Amino acid sequence: MSERKIYAVPNVQTPNTPVRFDPEVCVGCNRCVEICPLDVFIPNPKKGAPPIVLHPEECWLCGVCVTECKNKGAISFIYPMPLKPRWRNKETGEVTQLK
Amino acid sequence: MGTWNEYIIDEGRPPEWPYPVKFGEERQVDVDVLVIGGGIAGCWAAISAARQGVKVALLEKGNTERSGSGGPGCDHWCNAPCNPLSRVDPDEWAEHMVDKPYCNGIGVEIQCRENYDTLLEMEQMGGKIRDTGDDFVGAEGRDEATKLMISPRYGRWSNSVLDPDFGTPGYNPPEKRNNVVIRVWGSTFKPALKKECQRLGVQIFDRVMGTSVLNEGGKQGARVVGATGINARTGEFLIFRAKAVIITTASAGSLWLMSMEHGAYSNMHARTTSGDGMAMAWRAGAELTCMEKAGSITTGTGIKHRWYTGAGDASYENVPIVDANGTKLPYGTQGWADAGTQVVPPALNEEIRKGIMSGKYELPFYGDFPAMKEIEARATWKLMLTEESTTKTMVNVMEEGGFDTSRDQIMSYKFLEGQVPPQWRNANNGGGILTDWDLKTTVDGLYAAGTTLYCPEDHSFCAATGRYAGRKAAAYVKAAPDVEICRAQVDKEKARVLAPTTRTSGIEWKELHSALTRVMQYFDSEFKTERLLKLGLEELDRVEAMASEHLYALDPHKLMRSLEDLSMIDHARMVLIAARERKASSARLGHNRIDYPAMDPPEWDKYITLKQVDGKVVLGELPPRFWGSMKEQYEAHNKDYSGVWKPEN
Repeated sequence: MSERKIYAVPNVQTPNTPVRFDPEVCVGCNRCVEICPLDVFIPNPKKGAPPIVLHPEECWLCGVCVTECKNKGAISFIYPMPLKPRWRNKETGEVTQLK
Repeated sequence: MGTWNEYIIDEGRPPEWPYPVKFGEERQVDVDVLVIGGGIAGCWAAISAARQGVKVALLEKGNTERSGSGGPGCDHWCNAPCNPLSRVDPDEWAEHMVDKPYCNGIGVEIQCRENYDTLLEMEQMGGKIRDTGDDFVGAEGRDEATKLMISPRYGRWSNSVLDPDFGTPGYNPPEKRNNVVIRVWGSTFKPALKKECQRLGVQIFDRVMGTSVLNEGGKQGARVVGATGINARTGEFLIFRAKAVIITTASAGSLWLMSMEHGAYSNMHARTTSGDGMAMAWRAGAELTCMEKAGSITTGTGIKHRWYTGAGDASYENVPIVDANGTKLPYGTQGWADAGTQVVPPALNEEIRKGIMSGKYELPFYGDFPAMKEIEARATWKLMLTEESTTKTMVNVMEEGGFDTSRDQIMSYKFLEGQVPPQWRNANNGGGILTDWDLKTTVDGLYAAGTTLYCPEDHSFCAATGRYAGRKAAAYVKAAPDVEICRAQVDKEKARVLAPTTRTSGIEWKELHSALTRVMQYFDSEFKTERLLKLGLEELDRVEAMASEHLYALDPHKLMRSLEDLSMIDHARMVLIAARERKASSARLGHNRIDYPAMDPPEWDKYITLKQVDGKVVLGELPPRFWGSMKEQYEAHNKDYSGVWKPEN
């Protein structure tokens, strides 16, 4: 039985998670907040904590938040499900889709 | 970690708006030249004007460091016939590029004449344009002496027209290629441009959206005296007094796309690409043209930028397209082999479609990287695709996911996604602001550059026209008398801009966006008739009336998005007015009138123009090639052009 409190919130936007933060690596420098052309993020009120993805559905998947991040692994880019590319091993014919 | 809902679960409450909210507050800034839009054209305009010694401010909705369609990167510096490896005359190449209906002859001539100088200035600022690290030794097109890398994008012809000898053996030998496109490391460009703006003292206003151009005495069509803007984080209203304003925003990328959630899925452009500058120019009384032009969004349901993955319409940069059984499709390979075109000719598309129906070709198709020479596959993957805009991240993520160019073929979505559903239309690279040879609009003191111009080209077009407009605007302000802002016009604009913040319920921006795109899908789509276009205009009036009464914005960010939608209503209106005025069909304009089915009749080979005078629409027309002799006009207007900037200045 989950002890997580359930809040009443509207449906989440789609796509919802274009990036994920690793709180162990992210130092909350907010470089991604400043560089994002769409203002997808806002700084976390808690100093040093990863930013909040406030407008995920506005993300145009340019990836500059990841490429400009100073701490590798702090932020990873996640292609939304319908966009994940597929490729085929030419020899075996096995088709792979990006996870 | 990082989502809004996770924050609520952790904290038990939503975060407060993180920036000071200043709705109603205002600030005035006085400059000589104001640039609206901090993308490629805007940065170049600001730098070029500042280098002429005038005081410059630059407005940008995002962060100038990486904003705009060219912010993440750029892989091709197209139409650079002045580069030392080119085999063509710049004026002749420019003429070739506009040897088709509905082009921007002025912009293309500027691009062909000046974009190599522009590229050398990019290098001065720290942009990488040569293979100085010898990473691609052995790649075709690489020149050891200059270390420039010519792209195979164009062979003897531009990529929008099929070479008439296409398919003839040996028709595209290396010694006959024009060498007008250069491969560049464009991901280094935008940060360098911002840094140069800062070094030159350009006042950069990041996160500020331009909302209107101000006319002398508040009179539509009168000379420019400044502009207004709104901060998208604080809501502060900004008033700029300026003798010249340069509009360098883009066109509207999502005029037919109903769901913004799907914007990034099926649109090459970011939401911020909303045509604000064109709407501002329209309201200020400037003339626009080609507004009826619309293309299809060919980057559909598959992977974004799909042709940039080597699996698109025509094969991209040497990547052959094969069917499910490995049979090479007759697409022209856009590469060294046959300089095939990017745009697939309809007859070839039909041939492939018939082949699918008869079983000759089997779906899906693949981009066959393993069939390529290793160095060419690496140059395509690691240089072209890595440096092109948003694809750097795509390349990184796919490599992390195990993709290997020596082994794997990328799946193509050509034909799987169907053939151009009506809603996948796009106003980008269509209509836009009309200018003279100084890139000045029909309103005195108002200039335009980049993709806000009618029938624009690509990254280097934006860079070269931006740089040119900055130079011309600076020369203009040096001779222009002082300007005074009309307070009544400012007050009216401020009330318009802030109106959505006075409500907390009603219609929010996404519903408004859906409403206006639905109007476009229904009334300016495949089936165009006089009646439908008239209905569309009436619908837009109703949408606008509802918005003015009910549109609400809970914070400054949502206010920016709301204002973008209001810009798009004006943009949509211009499209419908022009589409209604063109009583003929046109292949080049993507304009199919059921009631006027004749395709491109000669009497309609003309540009339809539109502007507002005292709030009334005034239509006009211009003949083909109205810009005159490109060589003569360019030279007459640029006697004082001094070439590449000398940094010691």
